[in-house]
Amino acid sequence: MKRVVITGAGTINALGHSVADTFTAMRDGVCGIGPLDIRDVDRLQIRIGGQVKGFEAEGRYNRQQMSLYDRFTQFTLAAAREAIEQSGLTFTGELAALSGVVLGTAGGGVSTWDDNYRAVYEEGKNRVHPFVVPKLMNNAAASHVSMEWNLKGPSFTVSTACASSNHAMAQAFAMVRSGMAPAMVTGGSESMLCFGGVKAWEGLRVMSKDACRPFSANRNGMVQGEGAGIFVFEEYEHARARGAEILCEVAGYAMSSDASDIVMPSKNGAARAMAGALKDARIDAADVGYINAHGTGTAANDKTECAAVADVFGPHADRLMISSTKSMHGHLIGGTGAVELLACIMALRDGVVAPTIGYQEPDPECALDVVPNEARDAAVNVAISNAFAFGGMNAVIALRKI
Amino acid sequence: MTVKDQVIAIIAEQALLEPEDVTPDSTLENLGIDSLGLVESIFAIEEAFDITVPFNANNPTESEFDISTVASIIAGIERLRAEQSGA
Repeated sequence: MKRVVITGAGTINALGHSVADTFTAMRDGVCGIGPLDIRDVDRLQIRIGGQVKGFEAEGRYNRQQMSLYDRFTQFTLAAAREAIEQSGLTFTGELAALSGVVLGTAGGGVSTWDDNYRAVYEEGKNRVHPFVVPKLMNNAAASHVSMEWNLKGPSFTVSTACASSNHAMAQAFAMVRSGMAPAMVTGGSESMLCFGGVKAWEGLRVMSKDACRPFSANRNGMVQGEGAGIFVFEEYEHARARGAEILCEVAGYAMSSDASDIVMPSKNGAARAMAGALKDARIDAADVGYINAHGTGTAANDKTECAAVADVFGPHADRLMISSTKSMHGHLIGGTGAVELLACIMALRDGVVAPTIGYQEPDPECALDVVPNEARDAAVNVAISNAFAFGGMNAVIALRKI
Repeated sequence: MTVKDQVIAIIAEQALLEPEDVTPDSTLENLGIDSLGLVESIFAIEEAFDITVPFNANNPTESEFDISTVASIIAGIERLRAEQSGA
């Protein structure tokens, strides 16, 4: 089995248009959640989100590209450029033939669906743009990354709701670890902040109208975000041989399925995924310094997740730090695990643990060190990143300092 | 149909019971309606009465809309209809 390291990272999200800007915002506990600026927002009950601001597709992409790139693809391509340029890899020859792209998204081109349904149903048009299908398909972003960077190996898109990115990164990791691919581009993206996307979530009655306050006793729901996180996973010796800068090691992962309820989380499923990731990575639970929580800010998730952490870590649960950065960037749904992996990298590399902002009242059912409101300096050698999706599908990734 | 009869019909359908089995002092819990069933019931009530029910599944007991019994739901709907009429 090969060792796997991260040699490139890129992002765009409500906290920043790059990894550096996102780290600065996480360090400063910035809240990227605010009033939604979208069409027909006055017909929504939920009017806040972690929206990406100042990202203009015009000027960044040409007319032909714009007709093919949904916003989730635009985010992906921007983040992929940052990650691949940082890695310094050029994909040619055998490296190109073996390296691929595995990305996560829950909804794919949601705003393309939304715009075109509006055109045919509301505006009564009988014709849509010829590229609607290639623009909205869930694998569009992965395909455009492969085309732009000449990645000709195994490439596909994974869709497991809120765990999509973690499942995608788990697949990429497994491919590099097994020796199938020397490098993989992976992560995920989401762009659901359009009228139809928010309206659908609104129906479930789990969204907050004012803020995402994970673990706080007065939490009242989740807040959607948007954006992308993209990484270059590379075989360790391959990275070392070319003198690449290594951000951290991906040590292991596990996936589990609750097989119980379509929306309610399960302590057992979450615990099995965390314990499985530690076992796969051969990490002792006592070595874990930081958990990037799924921490959605819903009543159900946060207490279930904390109970699962207590089960897996025993007395060590009271010594480790666990925070939810969704309080800052919102819940990026299928892209969330990718952006949250950044908080793990920051903890391992820079020794800065991102806070859970908006924390106001302790909840006895979430009695862990949730790093409330302010980032903390701490030496962290091992971090894990949790994602527990609707449908009961869980994926946890374990990372190690290198 | 009165508001009471309509609410009982909606809740009975959700609980897979006959309307006669749903009484004003029934609670959703003892009718076997879970959290998803509750969200669906609220939706059905909003559609039936053309009202918006202030309800957050994260803290159902703290919402302004009292869902503790069938009677409290009926009272809440009557209040909302009065408040939201013409809206």
